[in-house]
Amino acid sequence: MTGEMKKGRFGKFGGQYVPEIVMPVLNELEQAYEKYSRDEEFLAELRKYYMEYAGRPTLLYYAEQLTKHYGKGKIYLKREDLLHTGAHKINNALGQVLLAKRMGKKRVIAETGAGQHGVATATVAALFGMECRVFMGTVDIERQKLNVFKMKLLGAEVVPVTTGTATLKDATSEAIRYWAAHIEDTHYIIGSAVGPHPYPTMVRDFQSVIGREIRQQIKTETGGRLDYLLACVGGGSNAIGTFYEFKDDANVRKFGVEAAGRGPAIGDNAQTLSSPASRPGVLHGAYSYLAQDEDGQVIEVYSISAGLDYPGVGPEHSMFHEQGIVKYVGINDQEALEAFQLLSRLEGIIPAVESSHALAYLAKLMPQTNEDEVVVVTLSGRGDKDVQQVVKALGEEI
Amino acid sequence: MTRLENKFQELKNSGKKGLIIYITAGIPNAAATAKLVLEAEQAGADIVELGIPFSDPMADGPIIQNASYQAIKNGMTLSGVLEIVREIRKSSQIPLVAMGYINNILNFGFEKLSGAAREAGLDGFIIPDVPHEESGDLKVACQKQGLHLIEFVTPGTTDERIGETCTTADGFIYCVSINGVTGVRKIDYSAINQVIRHVRQQSAVPCAVGFGIGSPDAAVAAAAEADAVIVGSAVVKEIAENNAGAAMALISDLRRALDDKYGR
Repeated sequence: MTGEMKKGRFGKFGGQYVPEIVMPVLNELEQAYEKYSRDEEFLAELRKYYMEYAGRPTLLYYAEQLTKHYGKGKIYLKREDLLHTGAHKINNALGQVLLAKRMGKKRVIAETGAGQHGVATATVAALFGMECRVFMGTVDIERQKLNVFKMKLLGAEVVPVTTGTATLKDATSEAIRYWAAHIEDTHYIIGSAVGPHPYPTMVRDFQSVIGREIRQQIKTETGGRLDYLLACVGGGSNAIGTFYEFKDDANVRKFGVEAAGRGPAIGDNAQTLSSPASRPGVLHGAYSYLAQDEDGQVIEVYSISAGLDYPGVGPEHSMFHEQGIVKYVGINDQEALEAFQLLSRLEGIIPAVESSHALAYLAKLMPQTNEDEVVVVTLSGRGDKDVQQVVKALGEEI
Repeated sequence: MTRLENKFQELKNSGKKGLIIYITAGIPNAAATAKLVLEAEQAGADIVELGIPFSDPMADGPIIQNASYQAIKNGMTLSGVLEIVREIRKSSQIPLVAMGYINNILNFGFEKLSGAAREAGLDGFIIPDVPHEESGDLKVACQKQGLHLIEFVTPGTTDERIGETCTTADGFIYCVSINGVTGVRKIDYSAINQVIRHVRQQSAVPCAVGFGIGSPDAAVAAAAEADAVIVGSAVVKEIAENNAGAAMALISDLRRALDDKYGR
C-alpha cells in the first residue's frame, strides 16, 4: 500500500515531467537501474565501496549525555556524519557513479546548494576517473567557498549559475539543461530523492542503507525496541533513507523535520510539507508538494541551512505526508542553532546545521515521551562546513 | 477545422512553409504583447506562440529564461495571457497557442483553464515539460474544448515513441531540432529530418521544426522537410535588447527567405 502505485508514482505523486529530449535517457536509466539493482555483482561492488571507501556501517551511538539532558528515554544518533566527505550524500553518489560507469557514461554532472552533494559527486568522479561538472548558484558559491575549492581540488569543474535566484533550484534547472544537451555521454547524479522517475526511487534505495543498519543495530542495543525516528528534510534523501525501512512499522513514530527559518511568512521558511501555505505542483520533473505563489511560480524559500532551503520535496515524502506515515514538523533557525551548540557541548559532536533541525525537535518530543522510549536521530552530516556561518549567526567573531 | 488546422491547410494549398513566431507574454511590458502579436502577423507570422512565463523554465536557454523572469516582474500571469488573447481576437484570427510549463497550468486547473482558453480564443497549448506519458489528463481537457495539445519529437525519440506520439498528436508536431534547450546556434538538421520522415509515414499531422533557428538562412535550411519553422529566442532577443521594429524586421526577413525558397 505504501509502495509505488504505478510506474514512477508514489500514490499520485512523482512522475516524469521533463522535456521529450530527456525521456529516452530516463528510460535508459530506468532500465539500467532495474537490471543492476538486482544484479548481485553490482550490489557486492556497492557494498565494498560503502565499507572500504565510505566507512559503512556507520555507528549507532548512544548519546548518554543528551539523554541525561532530557532526563528520560534513550537517545541514539545514527552517525552518517562519520562517512567519508562528512555526510550521507556519498551513499547516493557511490551508487549512481557505479551505475553511470556500467552505462558507459564518461561524465557525471550534479547540482549543489551547500556544496555537500557537489563534493560527494566530485569525490566519486575522482575515484572512478570520470569527468565532473557541478552546477552551483553564484549566491551559494559565495556562501560556500570552502566546498567550491574542495570540488576544484578533486578535479571537478564548478559551473556558476547566475539565472533566476542563483541558488539550488536554478542550479538544478541548469544541470537538467546541460544534461539535455549531452545525454549520450553524461549521467546526471541528482543529490536528493527528487526529480523525475527513476531518481526518487533510486536515491531512496541507495540511502535506505541508513534505515536497514538502524534496524540491525537497534536489535543489539535495545533488543529491537524503537519508538521514534527523527530526520531532517530538505529534498528529503537522508529522511527517506531513514524512514523507508520502517514505513510499515506503525509503532515506530516518524518525524520529518523541515526548516521553519525565520518565521511562518511565505518565503521566510522552507516548510514544503509542514506549512499550510504549500500545495502540490511540479518542479524539476516530479509532482510533489511545492512552495509556490498563487500564480504557480516557485517561491524562493529560506533557511539558515543551505541544505534545507529547497522549495520542493521528494514525491514519496508527499505520499507519506498525506497517508500520515510520517509526521512533518518545522524547526526554526534559532532552535536549530541551539541544538547545534547543545550537541557540541554535551557530546563533543558538531552536527551539520541541517541535522541540527532534527536534533532540535528532541526538545519538543522528549517532554511527551514515556520513561523508557527509544529515539533514533539521523545525524546526516557533520558541522565543520557550518562553523563560520554559525559564528556569524551568533554575532561572534573568530 | 480549427484555426490552426485551417492555417496549415491554407499553407499546404499555397505551397508555402509556415512561420511560427514565439513571443514571451509580458515583455517588454504587459501592455505591449497584443500589439506585438498583431505586428508579427503583419510582418508575416502564420501562427504565434505566446510564452507563459514560469519561474523555472528548464527547457529554455538564457534569452527566454531572462524574458520569463522579466515578464513575471512585469506582472504577467496565465490569466494575463488569456487577456492578451482576448485583446488580439478583437482584430485578428491568427492561430494562437500558449507555450508554458505544467506547474502554472496545474495551478490554474485543467478543466477551468481549457474552458477559459477556448472562450478567450486560444487554439492550443505547448507544454515542454509534459512528455507523451504524462499528457493524458491535460489532453482530454483540451480535446473537450476543441483545443490542441502539441506533442514533441526530438532527434533522440525512439521509433516506438514516435509511433505512440503519432497516435494522439494533433494541430502540429513540434520537432525539436537538437538535443538541448532553446537558443540560437548552428544546427545540422539531418537527424531531425530523419525523424520527420519517420513521422510522415505514420501521421498526416503537420511538422514544425524549432529550437536554434535564428536567421533567414537557418529557417530555409530547417524548413526543408518540415511544414513550418518556429523562431523564438532570436525574436525575443530583438524585443528585449532592441525594439519591436528590429523584431518585425527579422520576421519579415524570415518570411521573405522562406517564400523565396519555397513559395510558388
